[in-house]
Amino acid sequence: MEQAPRDPERQLQPAPLEPLGCPDAGLGAAIGKEAAGAGEEDSGVDTMTHNNFWLKKIEISVSEAEKRTGRNAMNMQETYTAYLIETRSVEHTDGQSVLTDSLWRRYSEFELLRNYLLVYYPHIVVPPLPEKRAEFVWHKLSADNMDPDFVERRRIGLENFLLRIASHPILCRDKIFYLFLTQEGNWKETVNETGFQLKADSRLKALNATFRVKNPDKRFTDLKHYSDELQSVISHLLRVRARVADRLYGVYKVHGNYGRVFSEWSAIEKEMGDGLQSAGHHMDVYASSIDDILEDEEHYADQLKEYLFYAEALRAVCRKHELMQYDLEMAAQDLASKKQQCEELATGTVRTFSLKGMTTKLFGQETPEQREARIKVLEEQINEGEQQLKSKNLEGREFVKNAWADIERFKEQKNRDLKEALISYAVMQISMCKKGIQVWTNAKECFSKM
Amino acid sequence: MEGERRASQARSSGLPAGGADGESPGGSAPFPGNSGSSALLQAEVLDLDEDEDDLEVFSKDASLMDMNSFSPMMPTSPLSMINQIKFEDEPDLKDLFITVDEPESHVTTIETFITYRIITKTSRGEFDSSEFEVRRRYQDFLWLKGKLEEAHPTLIIPPLPEKFIVKGMVERFNDDFIETRRKALHKFLNRIADHPTLTFNEDFKIFLTAQAWELSSHKKQGPGLLSRMGQTVRAVASSMRGVKNRPEEFMEMNNFIELFSQKINLIDKISQRIYKEEREYFDEMKEYGPIHILWSASEEDLVDTLKDVAGCIDRCCKATEKRMSGLSEALLPVVHEYVLYSEMLMGVMKRRDQIQAELDSKVEALTYKKTDTDLLPEEIGKLEDKVECANNALKADWERWKQNMQNDIKLAFTDMAEENIHYYEQCLATWESFLTSQTNLHLEETSEDKP
Repeated sequence: MEQAPRDPERQLQPAPLEPLGCPDAGLGAAIGKEAAGAGEEDSGVDTMTHNNFWLKKIEISVSEAEKRTGRNAMNMQETYTAYLIETRSVEHTDGQSVLTDSLWRRYSEFELLRNYLLVYYPHIVVPPLPEKRAEFVWHKLSADNMDPDFVERRRIGLENFLLRIASHPILCRDKIFYLFLTQEGNWKETVNETGFQLKADSRLKALNATFRVKNPDKRFTDLKHYSDELQSVISHLLRVRARVADRLYGVYKVHGNYGRVFSEWSAIEKEMGDGLQSAGHHMDVYASSIDDILEDEEHYADQLKEYLFYAEALRAVCRKHELMQYDLEMAAQDLASKKQQCEELATGTVRTFSLKGMTTKLFGQETPEQREARIKVLEEQINEGEQQLKSKNLEGREFVKNAWADIERFKEQKNRDLKEALISYAVMQISMCKKGIQVWTNAKECFSKM
Repeated sequence: MEGERRASQARSSGLPAGGADGESPGGSAPFPGNSGSSALLQAEVLDLDEDEDDLEVFSKDASLMDMNSFSPMMPTSPLSMINQIKFEDEPDLKDLFITVDEPESHVTTIETFITYRIITKTSRGEFDSSEFEVRRRYQDFLWLKGKLEEAHPTLIIPPLPEKFIVKGMVERFNDDFIETRRKALHKFLNRIADHPTLTFNEDFKIFLTAQAWELSSHKKQGPGLLSRMGQTVRAVASSMRGVKNRPEEFMEMNNFIELFSQKINLIDKISQRIYKEEREYFDEMKEYGPIHILWSASEEDLVDTLKDVAGCIDRCCKATEKRMSGLSEALLPVVHEYVLYSEMLMGVMKRRDQIQAELDSKVEALTYKKTDTDLLPEEIGKLEDKVECANNALKADWERWKQNMQNDIKLAFTDMAEENIHYYEQCLATWESFLTSQTNLHLEETSEDKP
């Protein structure tokens, strides 16, 4: 199945409404139904219903992780982790789910999918992947990619990534995404055949545009600042949180030493012995309780990290806008200069310095026929230029409209998610306090019986 | 907490009285006492019927309320003492109140040192007046301790805070160090005051009441430095011998002391470490809350939630500070005092062993007729009395010490548990009220959205 190469510059509409090729009956039907019914799929109002509708149809889970060894592109042995992706379709009537697809993917394939989506949906805030390497670790956490806890948290992160895409009204319809879930072999080749790498804007071009653009939409400029601030503050928060976790771990664990010493001491005491012994046991319980507490907190940290990475996705959309705007500005400038040239030729006045003016001076005036010819060429170019400018303008406006719609959707999602995360943090703290009260109340009772 | 006066087990001959009294430790000594003496007295009184001198002394009446008469320590009549003993455990009976405060720095050409103000309030007859205020420096405390050990080698003298703590000390006289030392010195004096025997020690009285020059001149009396050193050398040598013939109960005591010492030292280390970890946790937490405030500056919808979270974290931070200070007041000083006590106890065992060794060496000499044995039997008799006295003193004091230790440790750890419970309860309340406010807000919002 070939997907016609698309010029991302021109692309305003999301991926094909009809899935290309012969899709799987169940899933394809779902997509088709969606597409048929959706006229304004990128309007924020329909987002909610689309999400619910989609999620009812299929369930996606990244259910397992497995260590594998294989040969890489350079024919060298390597170890990597593969993740099992299972897709189930849910029957309306009885809510039962049937396994429709299951395949294994590794992290680099997820990256490939995301890079593809970035190129083909530049107006969408594309969900980020979980971190490639463990960062913001505190001393007990391992920074090793093969560490089982890290792998587990990554598994959850990858599942979250897929669910985010599946619940996005536009991204969920993408063919490549569908194939990612359903076609194990050959998927990489299919993606590469789209030629998306060639269509990606060069970094240099984007950087140039960012510096030189004169009139970007103010909203995007503000958004860029916001995403910088968000990234900075969440990084800071995660760093301090890691240090706090480290210290908390220390406090709890040292208490465990009491357990051992009390136990030894109780051997020589007659009256105090029992109380000491049982108090020591509670100290052990206290010390070991921190492990679960901090594991829960790690999930909270992961929720924050997702939005840390989302900041980059926001910036990507802003960059695209700047690029398009710059392009537009350059095209307008070019057109204006051509018009002026034309005018000068027609009226015979040379107001500005031009090569033609120079050569005229040097080699003599050109003939009227020559001039006519040149005017004609210029007029053609101007015409073409005007057409191009018109369509670029249209594209630009479409982009801004669509991007902003998705950004609004994103903002709502972010506020919801972060609020929920903060509340869950409070719930964790409450649970930790309750455990603490219980342990120390027990210990106090033992002490008072000594 | 102050040591309690406890009704100790009955014992035979009396505990030796304070040094300056001049009573020989061998015989049944008159036990100077007045209101508030422990039940030790009672046993004393009942057993001393064969010693007429003592009875005579006992029948003299010393008026408790006669503050102005400077009379040598005189006990009240046996009858009044028996009456008093019933109220032994009531705090009203305490008649010696000591406080240590106001550390002051003194700079001379030779040195800089700190003195502490010591205020004594008492209703005891043998004191000139009812209130005394003196200034003492650490050296003076050391002197007092030495005198007490000399006079009562097998009593458990309360420990003094260390001379200096090498680890973690930047400057000898930083505020924390001085405050910790002041509290420990306060404890030291009060423990002596609560001890049934030591409280009547003459040197103790002089320490509490004498002016600076009086104390200096008093200090100069007594065995010189060289003879004291000689004693130490002999002591070390002979204590080794004393170990061999140590009676069973003292073997047990020694085992306990060794194990206890190990454990209490470990507990001291653990407790100090906990304090350190809590302090570092507190330092990090201080930074944690403000970040949420910073974040709220770039948000719109999340401002309130973030600010509330920051508030909760700050409150928990304060609670942790309180927990830390509770630990450092309730637990650390107590545990540390018992670390010092355990060292003290080992010294007491040594001294007991040494006294026994003296006896044993004489007995050995007699058995093997090594030297001129004419005077030996008499000497041995005296030494046997000395040993019995020492052993009984130690046994009695040991029971008292153990009881105090149990109470002190129990209280200290109970307090620590209480501090932790309180800390968690405060944090719980903070977060629960945050959660409630969030749910309330949510309900408000959803009801607003409804058409």
